[in-house]
Amino acid sequence: MKSFTQVTGIAAPMDRANVDTDMIIPKNFLKSIKRTGFGKNLFDELRYLDEGLPDQDCSGRPLNEDFPLNFPRYQGAKVLLSRENFGCGSSREHAPWALDDYGFRAVIAPSFADIFFNNSFKNGLLPIILDAEIVEQLFQEMYAREGYELSIDLATQSVSTPSGESFSFEVDEFRKHCLLNGLDDIGLTLQEADAIRSYEAQRKQQAPWLFGAIQPE
Amino acid sequence: MAGKTLYDKLWDAHLVKERDDGSALIYIDRHIIHEVTTPQAFEGLRIAGRKPWRVDSILATPDHNVPTTSNERASGVEGIEDPVSKIQVQTLDNNCDEFGIVEFKINDARQGIVHVIGPETGACLPGMTVVCGDSHTATNGALGALAHGIGTSEVEHVMATQCLVAKKMKNLLIKVDGQLGEGVTPKDVVLAIIAEIGTAGGTGFAMEFGGQVFRDMSIEGRMTVCNMAIEAGARAGMVAVDQTTIDYVKGRTYAPTDDQWDAAVANWRELVSDDDATFDKVVEIDGSSIKPQVSWGTSPEMVLPVDALVPDPAKEADPVKKSGIERALNYMGLAAGQKITDISVDRVFIGSCTNSRIEDVRAAAEVAKGRQVAGSVIEAMVVPGSGQVKAQAEAEGLDKILTEAGFQWREPGCSMCLAMNADKLGNGEHCASTSNRNFEGRQGYGGRTHLVSPAMAAAAAIAGHFVDVRDL
Repeated sequence: MKSFTQVTGIAAPMDRANVDTDMIIPKNFLKSIKRTGFGKNLFDELRYLDEGLPDQDCSGRPLNEDFPLNFPRYQGAKVLLSRENFGCGSSREHAPWALDDYGFRAVIAPSFADIFFNNSFKNGLLPIILDAEIVEQLFQEMYAREGYELSIDLATQSVSTPSGESFSFEVDEFRKHCLLNGLDDIGLTLQEADAIRSYEAQRKQQAPWLFGAIQPE
Repeated sequence: MAGKTLYDKLWDAHLVKERDDGSALIYIDRHIIHEVTTPQAFEGLRIAGRKPWRVDSILATPDHNVPTTSNERASGVEGIEDPVSKIQVQTLDNNCDEFGIVEFKINDARQGIVHVIGPETGACLPGMTVVCGDSHTATNGALGALAHGIGTSEVEHVMATQCLVAKKMKNLLIKVDGQLGEGVTPKDVVLAIIAEIGTAGGTGFAMEFGGQVFRDMSIEGRMTVCNMAIEAGARAGMVAVDQTTIDYVKGRTYAPTDDQWDAAVANWRELVSDDDATFDKVVEIDGSSIKPQVSWGTSPEMVLPVDALVPDPAKEADPVKKSGIERALNYMGLAAGQKITDISVDRVFIGSCTNSRIEDVRAAAEVAKGRQVAGSVIEAMVVPGSGQVKAQAEAEGLDKILTEAGFQWREPGCSMCLAMNADKLGNGEHCASTSNRNFEGRQGYGGRTHLVSPAMAAAAAIAGHFVDVRDL
């Protein structure tokens, strides 16, 4: 798994609440059987003025000049700022894949939808929850200053602004550990194989109907 | 000691190991898979040289990409016209064949939407943990199961280890007492719940639906409600087991039989929240006050009773909410203060994992019987949730009633709920849809979705605009 330690980069706005995963990566692009290449279609319906197609070369498509990610000042952004309930809707992991492939390493919002939040950690994309007032402050500072950068340090769990102000955020110990070290969590779980087998043996005795019902014909 | 909630009991029964850091390993009994969220997971297994831990825990079917016209369906995978969709469906077939996973392939009579086939075949049972790479997996919670959606990395994790790394959620009880009025359906109940608590109201919670309204509800209705728990932010929604649950499960293909049946039933009877259980949050709603609902905006919480007026952003004080309303009105092409019943519909979609079961088709047919789809409606389609639902509806003659009224009768699949196949809205078109999400572009580029019950969708098809089904 991709690791995350420290990131400093331009912050860009997605200034609305309830950003859903259909918006982050529309369904026509979910037909891909790959994990990569979704960045060019991130926020496709907002970013371009035409309807996108899978496997399309997007370089010649008409851009929506009113969409902030198309502004020159936000090019190369690594941190996305947004509002409440970011990532709601579908469980598609294509959403964090698209954000990551575009170049974002972190999303800061007052709250996240559970499945998106969980999926992000599996892909080295750090979702950071800060109080709505702090997020509002970051939005205002970002709008006021071109080239506004934020620094994120996972080890110290802090977000720092260009003026040196720092805000701390919470993160689960297990997720932090996996992300800092880029650990494969399947490998970690398989270290518990004996515990899983022993649970399974006991369960088979108590509830045998849970096993073996589905068999090839 | 305080009593346990249904969720507490399901969690405890599946706990393999608690780690010192607060995370836990939870054992997964049933894993349902489809073509969209699994190719990268199978690829991950292959790269790491891993095999599924327990193949008999997995059931597969293609649903998101499959065409729903009988012409395009006739020659199976080969006949899928969209080459990218075809590769994805073919990839699922290949992966299931390679790993020995049972799959109901595209033209198998048992094929259907993942969340419809799980319960109807008995693959998903009370007391199970059920996962699927799809956020509407909570549908199975209607059986008294702990069911939720997962991402592709977790699909791979569950296939490889039979476990999920999880953290226990908090307990939320949504209690709806009283009696529903005539013409008010489970879909209206869940839409009213989302309107009340908001799309993030259930974030971090496992949501139990309790109260008289759910005790009186069929399993199909409970599935409609649990299905949309995620639209209120909760990964898992569930209803306690009662006699209705047990009667529903009995005799299904993969359900236990003989002495195992008796042992299972004894076990399932425990799957209720104890009287002295404590919930972290309780929301109470009076069921008798719920009216038929119609969503007007681009988030499932933007929903109102059919006799209401489209909201005015000028009356909203919160700036983020205000701009949300303005953006939604603009996208939907609606004016503040407009009557919901003045919104015309261009297309009608009756289907999806929310509302494509036999009761939903019956409800639509009841409204359609002896009436005609309005001439202004471009297309009104009914897409059954599975081959079994389709066969049952045809045996009851519902397909005839619907086609005589001008509805199209399609082959099973997810269809226009998310428009990954050819079924989609045109730019700017309004749709009365029984699906679960009204996000921008969800049902097609520029499409405008209004979420309603099957009866309300059929009524809108007949009238050409939204109408209170109770007035028909």
